[in-house]
Amino acid sequence: MKVLAAMSGGVDSAVAAARAVAAGHDVTGVHLALSPSPASYREGARGCCSLEDSRDARRAADMLDIPFYVWDVAERFGRDVVDDFVAEYAAGRTPNPCVRCNERIKFSAVLDRAVGLGFDAVCTGHYARIVDGRLTRAVDPAKDQSYVLAVLRPEQLGRAMFPVGDSRKSDVRVEAERWGLGVAAKPDSHDICFIPHGDTRSWLQERLGEQPGDIVDAETGAVVGAHSGTYAFTVGQRRGLGLSVPAPGGRPRYVLDISPVARTVTVGNVEDLDVAELVADTPTWCGPQPSLPFTGHAQLRAHGEVHDCVADVVDEALLVTFADRPRGVAPGQTVVLYDGDAVVGSATIRSTS
Amino acid sequence: MVYLDHAATTPMLPQAAEAMTALLAQPGNASSLHAAGRRARRIVEESRETIAAAIGARPSEVVFTSGGTESDNLAIKGLLWARRQSDSRRARLLLSAVEHHAVLDSALWLTEHDGAAITWLPVDGAGRLTPDVLRAAIEENPDDVALVSVMWANNEVGTVQPIEDLAAVAHSYGVPMHTDAVQAVGQIAVDFAASGVDAMTVTGHKFGGPLGAGVLLLGRDVDCTPVLHGGGQERDVRSGTLDVAAIAGLAVAAEVAVKEQPVRADRLRALRDDLVARMRAEVPDALLNGVPVDDAGARLPGNAHFSFPGCEGDALLMLLDARGIECSTGSACSAGVARPSHVLLAMGHDEERARGSLRFTLGHTSTKDDVDALMSAIAPAVERARSAATALR
Repeated sequence: MKVLAAMSGGVDSAVAAARAVAAGHDVTGVHLALSPSPASYREGARGCCSLEDSRDARRAADMLDIPFYVWDVAERFGRDVVDDFVAEYAAGRTPNPCVRCNERIKFSAVLDRAVGLGFDAVCTGHYARIVDGRLTRAVDPAKDQSYVLAVLRPEQLGRAMFPVGDSRKSDVRVEAERWGLGVAAKPDSHDICFIPHGDTRSWLQERLGEQPGDIVDAETGAVVGAHSGTYAFTVGQRRGLGLSVPAPGGRPRYVLDISPVARTVTVGNVEDLDVAELVADTPTWCGPQPSLPFTGHAQLRAHGEVHDCVADVVDEALLVTFADRPRGVAPGQTVVLYDGDAVVGSATIRSTS
Repeated sequence: MVYLDHAATTPMLPQAAEAMTALLAQPGNASSLHAAGRRARRIVEESRETIAAAIGARPSEVVFTSGGTESDNLAIKGLLWARRQSDSRRARLLLSAVEHHAVLDSALWLTEHDGAAITWLPVDGAGRLTPDVLRAAIEENPDDVALVSVMWANNEVGTVQPIEDLAAVAHSYGVPMHTDAVQAVGQIAVDFAASGVDAMTVTGHKFGGPLGAGVLLLGRDVDCTPVLHGGGQERDVRSGTLDVAAIAGLAVAAEVAVKEQPVRADRLRALRDDLVARMRAEVPDALLNGVPVDDAGARLPGNAHFSFPGCEGDALLMLLDARGIECSTGSACSAGVARPSHVLLAMGHDEERARGSLRFTLGHTSTKDDVDALMSAIAPAVERARSAATALR
């Protein structure tokens, strides 16, 4: 097969590309440039980290003796991932940019271009497996990324390769060493890639400005604090609330609700975060749609725990009912349905009750 | 491998490689006073004379540098600083809108950090600058002009500028002129003295010499403030221990390339014209950028530059690369990321036409087989690239 290996400059995508080569595929490496391009003249707008990552990816491709190119996807990434991220926070939701990137960039824009150029598949360093055509959890539970891939439809999964999904991270590093890849010991990346300093709150404030408002107690309706923008909060958040009025009995308070229009953040007791059911938009099935109602498990955040659930489609939305009342579910996040280790589908959480 | 990227760099001429190899292990700093130093100095000075003779300069006008970028930096910054020192009003740089980044970014740096100003000299749809445009730009205020810089031939579309006429205009106002002749030497006839320019950038690896060796030709009466300070080896204008072996290779390449230029240019022109004619047959809607090929003197003989409507240049490049055909989307100096060429934009083309362009440049090793290989690959590549064109938009 002709395989396009998306190479971030990290160890996982480098070993994924190496395995595609070892499997006998005709592999071409591509690094996706995600930062905005400077206009006519170079102004050094690209962060040093991404240039360094690009170089690491190039060196890995050198070692594998495969062609290597940089694809400029900054325009699409800015519009479909970064702008979406800002808009979601502005609307009081908590987005997952990795999910959006997989949905709209890696397995949409990049996959489409690859197929157009004659490639059969796109290979990435994601920790997930495709078993009998079904998206499935990785062997290494600590690294499993099936959650952020659950937005992919069968036709996208049919052209995806995740060669490291059946290995443990430690084995991937050892293998990188064996291939002579300089990235073998490169630290894992954790933060949101387009917020290199990791301070999401100040990054959002630069883009959305100060939007001061009240923090209100859910029970009494009393104003218990002030904030400079609802986008700095996530449902379930406890730290950094800066409340001026202590709760009766000194119990910790959590963010229960965010209303960007009223600029109000509502806080209350931990039990009020318990969720009996949720409604989620645009259900996407990774394989054939299951017979409904579907009884299985739901995961509500990346690396979060799973909950027994029953899911059904009502008015084109996914209605998920829980037996064990998960706690702190943020609208904007993705609910992913699992049948054992296999991913059934996903949807974007709209509301909980 | 089918190498159609000679404007990026051309393989070393065997004679140059031989001359250089023979010297690589030979000791001697050309500034040393002992026998080894004299031996090295002799090679440098003979090379200087050879280069001067090949390009119509006097030996004393040859300043050795590390290549085109350094020569351009030295010319733009050095001439501006010297001119401003003699008259503080002279802070305006007149540059064609299609200059190489080595000129363009040097000038931009001077505007951002050193109080200089730039007047961009517009070009026509073929990339040509006319003397009248230059005259009008100087007339805006003849007293504040520091220098004029116009490249002899463009690296992307191969347009040759009327350098003699432009220099005459500049000189009629007493303004010095620099030209970046990196793409011109060895491709077309270049004579420093006859051109009338005051400074000229030349680099070896574009005509069969080694990488990392170039020259700034600097008229004997032209003041130029140094950029690199140190031992003052080159006329006190450029410091740094001279690379004797590279200079010897550069001189041999210059001599051979210039001597063979008329014959090679005729051969490449015929090959290029064939390429352009067959491209029109293979991809009927491909658009030739720059000067029409029948205007032989106004376009570099080895240059063919096309826009392929509906294609992304980088996708085409990748598809051709996979077939063993090496070409370029234009200037290679943007970290691997495709950006619309400022040259094509200055010629009045839109971003889409600029993004969908490819440059094929022929050189001394090019043959008909190379053109044949390109022709058998280009139409399917264009078709594929079209089907993938809008995915990243």
